[in-house]
Amino acid sequence: MRKLFIPNDTSAVAMGSNLVANRFEELIKNKSLDIQIIRNGSRGMFWLEPLVEFESDFKRFGFQSVDLSEVESILEFICDDSFDAALNKHPKFLGETESIEYFKKQQRLSFFRSGLGDPLCIDHYSSLEGFTGLKKALEMQPQQIVDEVKNSGLRGRGGAAFPTGIKWQTVLDTAHSKKYIVCNADEGDSGTFADRLLMESDPYQLIEGMIIAGLAVNANQGYIYLRSEYPFAHATLNTAISRCYAEGILGQNVLGKKICFELEVRLGAGAYICGEETSLLESLEGKRGLVRSKPPLPAIEGLFGCPTVVNNVLTLGAISTILCKGSDYYKNYGTGRSRGTLPVQLSGNIKRGGLIEIPFGISLREIVEDFGGGTFSGNPVKAIQVGGPLGAFVDRDKWDTPMDYEAFSAINSMIGHGGIVVFDDQINMFDQARFAMEFCAIESCGKCTPCRIGSTRGLEVLDKISSKKDVEDNLILLEELCDTMEHSSLCAMGGMTPFPVKSAVELYKEDFT
Amino acid sequence: MGLNLDYKAELDNIIRDHIDMEGPLLPVLHAVMARFSHIPKDAIPIIARKLNLSSAEVSGVVSFYHDFKKEKVGRHKVQICRSEACQAMGSRELEVHAKKSLKVDFGESTNDDLIFLEPVYCLGNCACSPSVRIDDEIHARVTPSGFDKLISDLRSVNHHKARNS
Ligand SMILES: Cc1cc2nc3c(=O)[nH]c(=O)nc-3n(C[C@H](O)[C@H](O)[C@H](O)COP(=O)(O)O)c2cc1C
Ligand code: SF4
Ligand code: FES
Repeated sequence: MRKLFIPNDTSAVAMGSNLVANRFEELIKNKSLDIQIIRNGSRGMFWLEPLVEFESDFKRFGFQSVDLSEVESILEFICDDSFDAALNKHPKFLGETESIEYFKKQQRLSFFRSGLGDPLCIDHYSSLEGFTGLKKALEMQPQQIVDEVKNSGLRGRGGAAFPTGIKWQTVLDTAHSKKYIVCNADEGDSGTFADRLLMESDPYQLIEGMIIAGLAVNANQGYIYLRSEYPFAHATLNTAISRCYAEGILGQNVLGKKICFELEVRLGAGAYICGEETSLLESLEGKRGLVRSKPPLPAIEGLFGCPTVVNNVLTLGAISTILCKGSDYYKNYGTGRSRGTLPVQLSGNIKRGGLIEIPFGISLREIVEDFGGGTFSGNPVKAIQVGGPLGAFVDRDKWDTPMDYEAFSAINSMIGHGGIVVFDDQINMFDQARFAMEFCAIESCGKCTPCRIGSTRGLEVLDKISSKKDVEDNLILLEELCDTMEHSSLCAMGGMTPFPVKSAVELYKEDFT
Repeated sequence: MGLNLDYKAELDNIIRDHIDMEGPLLPVLHAVMARFSHIPKDAIPIIARKLNLSSAEVSGVVSFYHDFKKEKVGRHKVQICRSEACQAMGSRELEVHAKKSLKVDFGESTNDDLIFLEPVYCLGNCACSPSVRIDDEIHARVTPSGFDKLISDLRSVNHHKARNS
């Protein structure tokens, strides 16, 4: 039997993969062909979606951007017994999927399973080293697990890049009868989708990482706080969790051991600030998502006052790899104090947008030009925003900066969750600065004045600038306001909104005057 | 809008299904939204009493989160992503077009109560922007004419449903 792979994740479906799958199914049935359709996850090369693959000689060959009208000709191709990849002339034929430069140049640790098979098939996951890390962790003492994580050099992937092992140590050391593992799946930063892809294309990796986290700190309840903007991930996670319960991977006896770990998905309700960890905990408790002042750290007093690990999806996913392959293996990737790989998410006005997992240290230019292939429109790149809505626009002469946490903070920028949004020369940077302020005004939790009032004042000042009222004076006012927000806001929402605003004014003054 | 007795029974069921959870309020409100497509005013004191909260606390939560609506909205939720990756691919023009073609502003429903239009801040489909969500389906690379097509498909599906029921 031949196998045909048709991706099934938010972006592939949004690009039409369900329609394509239905058409294939219909034709295969009508012609009584011996072909099995597997709905795999996505490889993350979203510009190629729907990327239909078939297997031949244990290799996978792809067809890009498959259209309904091409389904029949593709079927003819793959049924041709004299199939020879070298001679294949189908206009959408890509050759061997893993030989595509974009894919070949990546180093996939977190995403190596993504797109290979049915994301919800536990056997498939297990056949690709799935649950190996968990099995090892079940034989280890909590402190040994925490030490492995410390040694890996893993830093939180949610934005703040805090060393994960140190956070876990605090939770382990805090004695309490109840502790929690909370996965931050709020992925609020625009231009980011790595968490989503991992949850939709390799959900067991996250579940495994959370159980290991529970073993490491003696917690037996986990929550995944998922943004409500991700209905597909929601359905996938719920199915994955219920299958894990059915297989004894979750529940009272994890893999037959006297270890309990319960896991549940909780939906956010459309508030960006609930990605901030303390606001998230308030929200999980059923309250308004007001940011808490720290201390106490969530690691000491988190959910319902109990010691709580809050980690991003990618952080917890990486735990499975670290335990499976060993911390030294993981540490080997990367540069300086940024260890492991960075899943970059390239989007916006870009020819080849998608997920690019690479070791830290590659330059922004290589990502945008080599991987991305320039803008979608073909116009010159005007601006690049890195690190989500609170990230700065990066100056043209800084595009060679290596992507690592320290190098980016040295240029007053941040990698954050790894989102890179590209704009072509049709964009007006005043509009972008205004949007950054507006977003802060809409999404501020309202707890502190510089953010709540500052963002609204900022909008007013920007509107004066756009109507050409005392432009120079108002630009000075804007800068002062930004300084106040930056220095006296409680969290990064108010504290970093000035970054995109100020960098837009600085780098693209002509759009403001 | 007031709640009649049937509704009260349904609300009681929803609350009962969630009452044993830790921090049940958001799950309850999501379930109420799914059933009534808004959080009826009369539901608030009932939820509050059963969850041992004050009505003010429940109202405070309802008003904090964008997903919870105090008024009934159109049957289908149409969301246009306004975030950066979508802006870079023309979501601003799409937004203007959508408002004009549906004759509503963000936060409003069409006259026939079929469509509720609102902004959204990222759907995770940023590599294939601009993105639009219609109920639980997400659409990629949506142009103004593509948007009109999605809406007319939505209308014709509803039209058929209405005729067949
Ligand atoms: C305004 C704001 C929004 C945030 N949004 C997210 C988010 O969507 N996802 C996330 O993982 N972390 C987010 N964070 C970071 C979290 O507060 C926290 O640092 C993170 O969940 C810790 O996990 P990590 O150490 O694994 O990164 C946000 C922080 C701020 C200030
Ligand atoms: S900076 Fe803004 S979002 Fe953060 S605590 Fe203050 S008001 Fe809330
Ligand atoms: S920015 Fe629009 S889908 Fe992410």
